[in-house]
Amino acid sequence: MQQKQKAWDNWLLILGVVFLAAMPLILVKNSEFGGADGQAEEAIQEVQPDYKPWFEPVVELPGGEVESLLFAVQAAAGAGVIGYVIGLYRGRGFREVKSKK
Amino acid sequence: MKRHLLKPSGLFLAGLILFLSIGAPAPAYGMHIMEGFLPAPWAIFWWLVFIPFFALGLRSLHRITKENPELKLLLALAGAFAFVLSALKMPSVTGSSSHPTGTGLGAILFGPMAMSVLGSLVLLFQALLLAHGGLTTLGANAVSMAVVGPLVAYAVYQLVMKVAGKQKVAIFLAAAVANLTTYLVTSLQLALAFPSATGGFVASFVKFAGIFALTQVPLAISEGLLTVLVWNWLASYGRQELEQLKLIKRGA
Repeated sequence: MQQKQKAWDNWLLILGVVFLAAMPLILVKNSEFGGADGQAEEAIQEVQPDYKPWFEPVVELPGGEVESLLFAVQAAAGAGVIGYVIGLYRGRGFREVKSKK
Repeated sequence: MKRHLLKPSGLFLAGLILFLSIGAPAPAYGMHIMEGFLPAPWAIFWWLVFIPFFALGLRSLHRITKENPELKLLLALAGAFAFVLSALKMPSVTGSSSHPTGTGLGAILFGPMAMSVLGSLVLLFQALLLAHGGLTTLGANAVSMAVVGPLVAYAVYQLVMKVAGKQKVAIFLAAAVANLTTYLVTSLQLALAFPSATGGFVASFVKFAGIFALTQVPLAISEGLLTVLVWNWLASYGRQELEQLKLIKRGA
């Protein structure tokens, strides 16, 4: 029974995150949801209009599509490792339960 | 009876992809402080602040893997968690996007120093491959995300455990507060480098914090929730490891 409760808790956590991510999309109209760091960049230009970045990024990405690809790769690689480790631990747990019987 | 234990690892991944497709259309701006956007003396200053923590982090990782080689997998998970979360550009109530940091989990599991290395690896990846953040600003960004964030997470966790003793609450608060702190430090760094001509440092700090902090509030909550989610999985399946790290008392 306790485990059932745990599974429920996890679903609620996921639901909470999805809600928090979706809510701004509904609440805030006419926004492109640009990066907050981009706004910070604008703020820098306001405070010191003559400031010029003195170093260029080592890579120039050809566009938003490639960028989102790389972000997806980053997330997928991380999620893959998490899934692998949790899966491994889980399998180990099952084996222990079996061997106890 | 084990059927309902089908934990949503796959669904979690699908959810992440959903986030990405929602968050991805953001324009190509850097995360944290962008390349070249910190005057050279400040860039060097933050690098100098960061390097000792990185060295301590390497020592801490060395010690962990030497004493408990079987914890390497869990270490990989902590790193991967920061990797995933900092790739999630999530929309926020302010109409802009930012991302979680994922450093709280590792700090609670392995102590704050271990995350100075793992967190800066994430930042290096984003600086080199994604043109997000930068090499000159890596020192400053690492101080905010990989050093101060984890330190705060660790402190909050210890404090809440001592005062309230509720582990999940402690984890949630640690991760959420660490996320917020990371961006407050970023605001501080920018304000130090770009004090306002009229209001000085304070006016600039208010300005930068206004951009980051409010945006970050819902994301900090998300980060807290996701950290508790992964903690729940670990508590179900990685009990041995958590006991080894003395995060769960033996026989409890």
